[in-house]
Amino acid sequence: MSELPLSTTADAALQAAPATKARGYWATVGRRILRDKVSMACAIVLLLIFVSAILAPWLGLEDPYKGSMIRRLRHIGTSGYPLGTDELGRDMLARLIYGGRLSLVIGILPVILAFCIGTSLGIIAGYVGGKLNTAIMRTVDVFYAFPSVLLAIAISGALGAGILNSIVALTIVFVPQITRVAESVTTGVRNMDFVEAARASGAGPLTIMRVHILGNVLGAIFVYATSLISVSMILAAGLSFLGLGTKPPEPEWGLMLNTLRTAIYVNPWVAALPGAMIFAVSICFNLLSDGLRSAMDIRN
Amino acid sequence: MLAYIARRIVYVIPIVISVALVCFLLVHITPGDPLVAVLPADASQELAAQLRAAYGFDRPLPVQFGLWLLRALHGDLGNSIATGRPVLAEVMRAVGNTVTLAIAAAIIGFTMGILLGLIAGYFRETWIDKLATSFAIAGVSVPHYWLGMVLVIIFSVELNWLPAVGAGPGGSAAWAWDWDHLKYLVLPAITTSVIPMGIVTRTVRALTGDILSQDFVEALRAKGLHETGVFRHVIKNAAPTALAVMGLQLGYMLGGSILIETVFSWPGSGFLLNSAIFQRDLPLLQGTILVLALFFVFLNLLVDIAQAAIDPRIKRG
Repeated sequence: MSELPLSTTADAALQAAPATKARGYWATVGRRILRDKVSMACAIVLLLIFVSAILAPWLGLEDPYKGSMIRRLRHIGTSGYPLGTDELGRDMLARLIYGGRLSLVIGILPVILAFCIGTSLGIIAGYVGGKLNTAIMRTVDVFYAFPSVLLAIAISGALGAGILNSIVALTIVFVPQITRVAESVTTGVRNMDFVEAARASGAGPLTIMRVHILGNVLGAIFVYATSLISVSMILAAGLSFLGLGTKPPEPEWGLMLNTLRTAIYVNPWVAALPGAMIFAVSICFNLLSDGLRSAMDIRN
Repeated sequence: MLAYIARRIVYVIPIVISVALVCFLLVHITPGDPLVAVLPADASQELAAQLRAAYGFDRPLPVQFGLWLLRALHGDLGNSIATGRPVLAEVMRAVGNTVTLAIAAAIIGFTMGILLGLIAGYFRETWIDKLATSFAIAGVSVPHYWLGMVLVIIFSVELNWLPAVGAGPGGSAAWAWDWDHLKYLVLPAITTSVIPMGIVTRTVRALTGDILSQDFVEALRAKGLHETGVFRHVIKNAAPTALAVMGLQLGYMLGGSILIETVFSWPGSGFLLNSAIFQRDLPLLQGTILVLALFFVFLNLLVDIAQAAIDPRIKRG
């Protein structure tokens, strides 16, 4: 407020103008997203799922691994088992909450890894240009020649089942997509005047990339990456569903959906529960990403 | 136009070779011996070496790739380790079923997507728009293999209207266009159609909104053009981009059908891929992925050419 003119006669409009200007871009984006009801609802749902997954051991849940042959496939609403039991008599509520731990990690980690690798590759390709750009971008084109589901399954199928392999496979699927976005925004920023000015004042390429380019392209790449989380959640659980990810008896939504598939004639709605969790996380991330995108688009 | 097509085709050649290289290398990133599926557990060293030579696994990698590529160009993708039959024949038979499924899904998904997108774009920011957009978001966010299960639960388990798995009565894999076979197609096709439906809706909605906000639309309306006439202009302007998106989606449906085909035991290329992975049938795995990826590459090529043909604004330089 100290920047405001101290004149008491200044009218309201004059006072308001510097105040809105003083607020930074990210503060404005933050305010816009906080006002968006849909985004906030999604954020709360995701927060609940994350926190309960992290705090699972302290929530007083049943043991997610302990089965019982006499209480298999109980229906939703059975006393003591609010969401029923699975095909081995394990408590569904506990398994769904514990399942969030692995499911969220294998769904989100590939996007984070791909974000780091793809952003670096894209910025280097976009800033350095020339032969290096050609080499990086033509390699990216090769991976674009595969439908992403096919590529993920081909790599993890060749590597064999396992959590690590499925994370590697999904990271390889997302790196080219993020690289392409990073390259195109970097090329857009590279020739702007302030980059030219930094170069003229003697800044080295590393400094320019780190200070001037990164700050200006990260937002766009980040929003793109958040939109990939939904796809990644579906694909990661899908790999487990095929038997290419997690191994039993680990609670993981995709794998649970697979093992419960045999039970759809006995207790269909319990069998469908793990998929509802994947759906909830996926749609919340999608809506949140959409909200973030429109919040960052200040011009509209 | 011909020059553009020629250039575009030339550009595809390195992509095709690289795709083949990736498919070839897939087998070599596999941990363990590629012969593990055929070799008996107590096989002698000599037998292993003999088989390795027979499959050509004892030569240097670039030589193996060259020979493999040469054979592949002649339509020889080797024999399936599990069944001993030629890979190409196995893959082509399965691809036929996948194409049937993808086309059925495309008809449902694209029709719904175009209609919802046009309506949402026209009635922007109204409740109709919100409803159509929510539908589209749900379509792109739903784990489709789970949706397949839910549809089976509703229509096969609870209502007993439609069969849950397979592609024909008595477990036959031969397709025919009669109701006995079509009822097996309904649930997998609806399941496959939700993602393209969502994506086409979002694309067409955005295009419609953009076109309607342009000055020439205002001019057309000022000249007294009826709304149906305005709509014709919207469709004409949106068609090239929408077509490109739909072509890509068709490619994704062909290549990404493995999860849905597994849920419905649909005897297509995805189902084949699944069994190749779990039987460690590497030539079959390699061949299936190669054929599906090449399908995708050529579909992209066709879309590009079609787009350039109908849209004079695309620079062919």
